[in-house]
Amino acid sequence: MEEALTLISFGPDGWGDEIARGVLITISLAIATLPFGLFLGFVIALAKQSEEPSLRMAANIYTTIFRGLPELLTLFLVYYGVQIGLQELVKLLGFDVFIEVNSFAAGMVALALVFSSYASEAFLSAFRGIPKGQYEGGHALGLSRGQTMRLVVFPQLIRLALPALGNLWLILLKETALVSVIGLSDLVRQSGIAARVTKEPFLFFGIACLIYLVLAMISSVGLTRIEAWSKRGDTAR
Amino acid sequence: MTAASPATGKAPPPPKPRPWNRDRVLGHVLMALWIVSGGYLLLYLAGNVTSPFVQNYFDDYVEGFVITVQIVSLSLLIGAALSVPIALARASSWRILSAPAYAYVYFFRGTPLLAQTFLIYYGAGSFRPELQAIGLWGFFRDAFNCVVFAFALNTSAYQAEILRGAIQNVARGQWEGGQALGLRKPVIFFKVILPQALIVALRPYGNEIILMIKGSAIASIVTIYDLMGETRRAYSRSYDFQAYIWAAVLYLIIVETLRRIWDRIEARLTRHLKR
Repeated sequence: MEEALTLISFGPDGWGDEIARGVLITISLAIATLPFGLFLGFVIALAKQSEEPSLRMAANIYTTIFRGLPELLTLFLVYYGVQIGLQELVKLLGFDVFIEVNSFAAGMVALALVFSSYASEAFLSAFRGIPKGQYEGGHALGLSRGQTMRLVVFPQLIRLALPALGNLWLILLKETALVSVIGLSDLVRQSGIAARVTKEPFLFFGIACLIYLVLAMISSVGLTRIEAWSKRGDTAR
Repeated sequence: MTAASPATGKAPPPPKPRPWNRDRVLGHVLMALWIVSGGYLLLYLAGNVTSPFVQNYFDDYVEGFVITVQIVSLSLLIGAALSVPIALARASSWRILSAPAYAYVYFFRGTPLLAQTFLIYYGAGSFRPELQAIGLWGFFRDAFNCVVFAFALNTSAYQAEILRGAIQNVARGQWEGGQALGLRKPVIFFKVILPQALIVALRPYGNEIILMIKGSAIASIVTIYDLMGETRRAYSRSYDFQAYIWAAVLYLIIVETLRRIWDRIEARLTRHLKR
């Protein structure tokens, strides 16, 4: 027991600081991915609820692809694909340098692609929950289409989409673990190194799992708060 | 299409021509992009069907596919068997049963599948003497067993939640109706409640199967040569990017076919509910 505590302590004998650094990378990857995924997902949801069939179809193809591919494969496709693409481009320009893609950036792109395709479904079902009268009301007040979207529809949309988006956030947090495979020193990779060096795999992977659980719990508390905040108008009615 | 209305004797006015507004132009441009890149992909794949890469690795991909199917179906079946007691415990009114079941479900749904797989595959080594003592070391030494074990535990947590949600979704009146008919509790459960619950659970079950197929790619990280593992091996030997492209096409075909088949099954099983 004491030995285990030494192993996870912060300091020269312990792996606490290494693992803490991994946690930081895991969290920053998830937080950095979120805005891109949300924005892309929202734009795709707009395309999906458009009246134009070709636009709807284009958006649906996007979601079919990124919801059908395993996340790990998407990650490899982005990581190696971008690397090879850039290499070819550089060769075309007449340079001969070896290019290595940053694994954080590759992870961000891959996770944002997957996240956005799921988020677009969440936004789409939220759009369907907003009655037509809201748009007509905005129109009757003389608001432009953009203003109606921004001032009338969007605040309600957030409230409707929040539960589903909260789930997606929890999934995103877990999916960041995959980026350890392409060499990002996140929580899983750091605990893997600690496990190999100390020959205590169960201890360190167990700790990694517990840290993910704690992150999920903190997120749940935060999400409940945000949901309560988004519903603060309900009680007044 | 343009039959005259019986009331007025006049044909309806022709539909208004749709203007080429921003959405329509954008939609056509994007579709053109998809069609061009899809066509390019098809040409690329067709041009490579006889390439040395495909000749060298075709059999490996087939073997990998078989392993993937084995892992997914074994995990799903074992997970389904495990999920019934977990769901029952989770829905139980006894805290001593529901609390551990809740913790189990929370753990497996709250942590990444990759970390769980590592925990079992590498973590089993921490208990080598104990496992050897009860004769289970041989089981955990094999990566395939570990992966199936980890995936089965993971999916059992998800399936237990699906099952519990579906059973609780069945109206209380169904239980009361069964009791009024003088049926015993197990009979009500199996003949009245469960069939209705499973229909509600069909869609989430389908999603779970697809999640498991996608998740099974993780097995490749712990030295299993499933479809993803064979892909990674082929890429590391040939440095040919088409390794990943073939894998992407195969996974998309598998997932899409399964999704369509599942939609058919669902439509057939719920046809009595269609109005």
